[in-house]
Amino acid sequence: MATLIFPEHPSPVADAEALRKACQGWGTDEKAIISILGRRNAIQRKLIRKAYEDMYQEDLVKRLESELSGDFEKAVYRWTLDPEDRDALLLNVAIKQLPIPDYRVIVEISCIRSHEELLAIKHAYQIRYKHSVEEDLAQHTTGDIRQLLVGLVSVYRYNGKEINARLASSEAEILHRAISEKVFNHEETIRIITTRSKAQVLATLNHFKDDYGTSITKHLRGDLDSDYLSALRTAIRCICDYHKYYEKVVRRALDKPGTDEDSLTRVIITSAEKDLKDIKELFQKRNSRPLEHAVAKDTSGDYKAFLLTLLGKED
Amino acid sequence: MAASDELGAITKAFSGFGVDEKSLISILGKWHPEQRQTFRKGTRDFFIQDERKFERWDDRHVIQLQHEFLRFKHAIVLWTMHQWERDARLLKEALYKGPQHNVLIEVACTRSSEELLGARRAYHSLFDHSVEEDVAFGIHGPERKLLVALVSSYRYEGPKVNEETAKSEAKFLSGAIKGAAGNKNLIENDEVVRILVTRSKLHLISVYKHYKEISGNNLDEDLEGDLYLQETVQCLCKPQAYFSKVLDASMRPNVDEIKKEAVTRIIVTRADVDMKQIKEEYNHKYGVSLPNKIEDVANGNYRDFLLTLVARGY
Repeated sequence: MATLIFPEHPSPVADAEALRKACQGWGTDEKAIISILGRRNAIQRKLIRKAYEDMYQEDLVKRLESELSGDFEKAVYRWTLDPEDRDALLLNVAIKQLPIPDYRVIVEISCIRSHEELLAIKHAYQIRYKHSVEEDLAQHTTGDIRQLLVGLVSVYRYNGKEINARLASSEAEILHRAISEKVFNHEETIRIITTRSKAQVLATLNHFKDDYGTSITKHLRGDLDSDYLSALRTAIRCICDYHKYYEKVVRRALDKPGTDEDSLTRVIITSAEKDLKDIKELFQKRNSRPLEHAVAKDTSGDYKAFLLTLLGKED
Repeated sequence: MAASDELGAITKAFSGFGVDEKSLISILGKWHPEQRQTFRKGTRDFFIQDERKFERWDDRHVIQLQHEFLRFKHAIVLWTMHQWERDARLLKEALYKGPQHNVLIEVACTRSSEELLGARRAYHSLFDHSVEEDVAFGIHGPERKLLVALVSSYRYEGPKVNEETAKSEAKFLSGAIKGAAGNKNLIENDEVVRILVTRSKLHLISVYKHYKEISGNNLDEDLEGDLYLQETVQCLCKPQAYFSKVLDASMRPNVDEIKKEAVTRIIVTRADVDMKQIKEEYNHKYGVSLPNKIEDVANGNYRDFLLTLVARGY
């Protein structure tokens, strides 16, 4: 369930005017920006952007980029984009990261988004960057990690719920053999994880647990904890239970000395209109305190206010 | 019509692509038993002299006749289908009949990004699987990575090409091809596959051009030793030349049924796309017009249907 609170019928024109006012003059009225944008859903935000463009011949997102700064700016900028455009941007930033790409974000987006969302994201990526995400990703990666990531990004999984139990059993065995021979870069592992339907992958992983005692991620550790294995574990976690995965990302982001704002922003922004509530509940259960408290403690200023608004804080 | 002409007409009616329904009706339908026996005794290809003193249909030819009678039906059904269903069925058939790598490459590389996506959607509906999982599961050799990536590609289709990158990738390919003796290991070269599988078609055409400038040869000619890579490059960079080549090979005498099916497939799938250019290529390469060739080798309704499609002038 979503945490975002928004009115039924706001006026995009009134919102655009208010945002214009908030950005004019010497200072910026960040509170106004938070109280408007932080309380509009994706369709409403799109209408505001269009109204703002029509009225002032300027892209609202560009204006915000120049008026705001720091983690707050990043969060508001990404929040205001269309969801598929946002994910395209996140992918590009992750691919271009130095010294090595941010594999986790790439795996996250590829595995958690629905197959229709992923297509929209890839299309948005092409419009924005004049390249396909596959070609950029392939160019910036090599070896097994490339095989895995390009596979995850390219697949258009069958989305039916049917499973073939016999196949699940035989593919669980293939995975087990790959692991026990410590040939994790086995092409078969990548094939199964990057081409089978999500339902089939889940069935296979359940078979693995039933037949071999523990969940597969516990086995996927090598002597050198390579990026490939880490990405593979992330992929499996995202496919199996992405609420649990998100809770962990958020918990780790807040636990760090000095918060990992990028991860925190990313999870909150991409889930606020979907299932941030479920993640909050998981967080509460696991950490015996509400996510809002943890966020309030570890962040500050406008950035904090914005995140709390998205988390569903009443005015 | 003279008797020998009639024999010739009926023999032709049963040979080549499709059957000449009109001749079969008008001539064969009128023959007395003796005339039919003359035909059976005279045509050794179709009938065998049985030891118990009668002429027996050669089973292989009956099977072939079945294909020929059905060729028109198959073309009509394929033509009437939604393009997505058509491509999905072609992909599926290519997988379990063979597998026919050339058809997989052809469909994956000569369709636009949106058309290929549509085919993948239709594949879900028709077969309850994704095409990539079936290809990954059904293909086992070193060509698997190439083929899975090709059927899952969603290439950028805009006009922007980075010439510097195209040049350096052409240079890389030139080095890789020289280094791989007999091109046997080239398909296992991840960088070669990366370039062919992820770059946009316009980019690859630029790579093709730079390659010619660097090495003096055409990229697909230098890939002679690796059929799958060669076909991939041809389908991506010069599809009309590829199609005209396959058409020519399929219309030679005594080719097998699988090769013959290419004629229907190519003409039906390209009639609305680039048939005009294919005709030009064909004429240029083989010195005869495609419609004339079809007149020559095909019969009856099937022939007339193909000619109608080919004349559409796209």
